Amino acid sequence: MQAFLHQLLSGIATGGIYASLALALVMIHQATHHINFAQGELAMFATYIAWTLVQAGVPYWAAFVLTLVFAFALGVFLQNVVLRPVQNAPFFSVVIVFIGLLVIFNSLAGWIFTYTVKTFPSPFPIRAWYGSNYLSPHEVGMTAVTLVVLVLVFAFFRFTNLGLAMRGAAQNPAASRLVGISVGRMLALGAGLAGAIGAVAGIMAAPILYLEPNMMSGILLYGLAGAVLGGIDNPWGAALGGVMVGVLENLAGAYVVGTELKLSVALLVIIFVLLFKPSGLFGRSIVVRV
Amino acid sequence: MSAILAIAKLDAAYGETKVLSQVDLSIEEGGITALLGANGAGKTTLLRAICNMMVKVRGEISFMGTRIDGRATESIARLGIGHVPDGRGTFSHLSVEENLRLGAYTRRDRKGVADDFERVYTYFPRLRERHLQQAGTLSGGEQQMLAIARALMMRPKLLLLDEPSFGLAPVIVQEIFRILGAINRDEKMSMLLVEQNANLALDLADHAYLIETGEIVMGGEAAVISGNPSVRRAYLGY
Amino acid sequence: MLGIMAALALAVALPFVVSGYRVFQFTMVLDYAIAVFGANILTGYNGQIALGNGAFYAIGAYTVAILMTHAGMPYWATIPIAAGTCFVAGFLFGLPALRLEGPYLALTTFALAVATPQLLKYHGIESWTGGVQGILFDKPDAPAGVPLNSDQFLYLFCLFVTVIMFVLGANLLRGRTGRAIIAIRDNPTAAAGMGIDTSLYKSLTFGVSALFTGVAGALGAIVTQFVSPDSFTLFLSISFIVGVVIGGVATVSGAFFGALFVEFVPNYADQISKAAPWAIYGALLIAFMYAMPTGVVGLLRLIVRRIDPQWAIRKDAGKQ
Ligand SMILES: Nc1ncnc2c1ncn2[C@@H]1O[C@H](COP(=O)(O)OP(=O)(O)OP(=O)(O)O)[C@@H](O)[C@H]1O
Ligand SMILES: [Mg+2]
Repeated sequence: MQAFLHQLLSGIATGGIYASLALALVMIHQATHHINFAQGELAMFATYIAWTLVQAGVPYWAAFVLTLVFAFALGVFLQNVVLRPVQNAPFFSVVIVFIGLLVIFNSLAGWIFTYTVKTFPSPFPIRAWYGSNYLSPHEVGMTAVTLVVLVLVFAFFRFTNLGLAMRGAAQNPAASRLVGISVGRMLALGAGLAGAIGAVAGIMAAPILYLEPNMMSGILLYGLAGAVLGGIDNPWGAALGGVMVGVLENLAGAYVVGTELKLSVALLVIIFVLLFKPSGLFGRSIVVRV
Repeated sequence: MSAILAIAKLDAAYGETKVLSQVDLSIEEGGITALLGANGAGKTTLLRAICNMMVKVRGEISFMGTRIDGRATESIARLGIGHVPDGRGTFSHLSVEENLRLGAYTRRDRKGVADDFERVYTYFPRLRERHLQQAGTLSGGEQQMLAIARALMMRPKLLLLDEPSFGLAPVIVQEIFRILGAINRDEKMSMLLVEQNANLALDLADHAYLIETGEIVMGGEAAVISGNPSVRRAYLGY
Repeated sequence: MLGIMAALALAVALPFVVSGYRVFQFTMVLDYAIAVFGANILTGYNGQIALGNGAFYAIGAYTVAILMTHAGMPYWATIPIAAGTCFVAGFLFGLPALRLEGPYLALTTFALAVATPQLLKYHGIESWTGGVQGILFDKPDAPAGVPLNSDQFLYLFCLFVTVIMFVLGANLLRGRTGRAIIAIRDNPTAAAGMGIDTSLYKSLTFGVSALFTGVAGALGAIVTQFVSPDSFTLFLSISFIVGVVIGGVATVSGAFFGALFVEFVPNYADQISKAAPWAIYGALLIAFMYAMPTGVVGLLRLIVRRIDPQWAIRKDAGKQ
């Protein structure tokens, strides 16, 4: 029972990482109907920036914030400079552009920072301060940070006019323009936000996974799995889906097949679920009158 | 009276397909101008051309004395042109209230916005009752009301309306036209009204234009137009 | 038609004018062309996104390797078996997948690609698959009396199979089946209304796509005489889709341009920058998409139409 609880909680902790990435993917998908396959690599690259800053003696949380700013700017830049020119290109051409970005950032990271695996600091105390060993302090801290980020993002979309405008622009770009919303700016903002959210995931995951250029490729897949499991058109569902994937993966690894095949098993379960709920567990199905 | 919107020598095309040619048209400030024409004549296209959406445009469009042709749709909207597009174009996944908030998105006067919520809810009490309902689940008439209300939330100086009566029951059409008349009278909001229902439109409007296959064939005071025998035969049915 | 003959003549002459390693590379181009064509049938013609075709390539390759080493079969006899196996595998995978669309299908096929190397490494089937090491086997020689070295022979053998596969594929797409496949992509509801069994056709398309990819995998194994889990990573699947889009979505001849890109551009990128070759590769990918968003064939068609606006009309008339 103890061990099970431990696996469950630690699944939730890693699930938070997947949830963040799932959320980033869903944000982009809602606005552009594309999956940003490069989202994980952008997060990885941002994590290297954080690492560099910390190495240079910048205090951890300052480096954290600076990295988010960097990731935001990078997202905006890529949206405006690389993706905007292909916004009217055929669907699959855009997919290829995302794949191009994926390999570019992966390769750049290897070139600039080498492929040597690096340790990454955790800002949380080493010793558990809560008298329990179900979760390591980093896992607890990481869960808290992801939770804060998710709550902030949802509050932003729910309660601010800018968040509302972003939702509107994603849903009905033509109508948005007619009320004076600049859809291009909303897309850039969305890409920036997604970049920043991904960066949080990367920074939080790095102490566990260790930093190397391929660090995020698995997480991207789990994030995508989470998004799809929850429903790609529902940010809340996607985040929840991410957590579920974390738990599923952990339990499958511990109890069912061992680490060797846990990825395959987790994916199999998700696909199985999709067969019964083809638009995800919490996918939107409202009747729209026309 | 001076013109709030002046269009000169306007051509518009979808890709290679030319739809409007050499359109000249002006809208009196504070008035209601009706634009009449058969299906496919190019009425919707003209409204799109004014807002620079979906069509390629050549020619001059001036709004309150400044050229707006070539500007981005959103910046034209910000200048004070509200557009109730055909097919309504509401945000179907958002609530009624959120739709209205988006209408007021570019405004910074919080007090004014709050007043305008009150104002449009007074015009359309149905929307108040349903302010938390998802727009996509409203009835057709309610969606039309929402589309108009959302445009009103912009406090536009000129309101473009594309067939607000489309698909609605006669009572509701009457109601909407009554409200449009009231808004025009009370707030001096200029309007360009595209309508199939020529009787209603000519009753409400003070000026009217006739468009046939992309060209303006007649224009003038509404009373004169509705007195024209060929118009009576073709559009008014008597 | 004239163009095809000329290209074929050029292809036959090729192994006699270029050197050994180049012959191998062009053999791989033919091989990838079949795989890219397979992915295009599913993605381009049927509109189902295929991010996992590397799995079928792997099945084709392993079928050959296992049959040759465990059953002692000659290389050429294994290819039809690989084709059949992959058709069945693809059809079976297509059955559940047909309920899924867009990102949901993308994830499912993507997952297939990711899981493939893991499954191949699985120790439960190690005695067959050779586990992490994979399987190494002998290079087939030219039949006795044929004055070709084995590289040249393998090239011509692949060319032979390629021609067969493309003739079959092009005919399939031009016929009733092809029209049904395309109708399902363009408007599934209308297709169903016309009496097309969309579920059956979608699964069949999965099967056909897998068959082509499996044949390519089989040839690839014969050409390299080696299979191992790490040859069939996600990157292979992605290469196929890259080939599809670079060549031209829903085109037949695009597969060759796509295959050239898949085979040569990574090498080329490596020559430009040893430090970050994949960054160059990625940049080239993006540059290609800017320059020709509809692929090489799309661009060629655009050019032809610019020069001779009547071309497309004449071509259509000629078909009737
Ligand atoms: N998006 C488009 N692409 C290509 N052609 C279009 C497009 N929209 C409209 N058209 C064409 O332009 C012409 C004018 O259409 P428009 O919608 O302006 O007519 P309308 O006067 O509004 O007609 P209705 O009364 O039926 O709404 C029609 O021939 C139509 O087919
Ligand atoms: Mg119209």
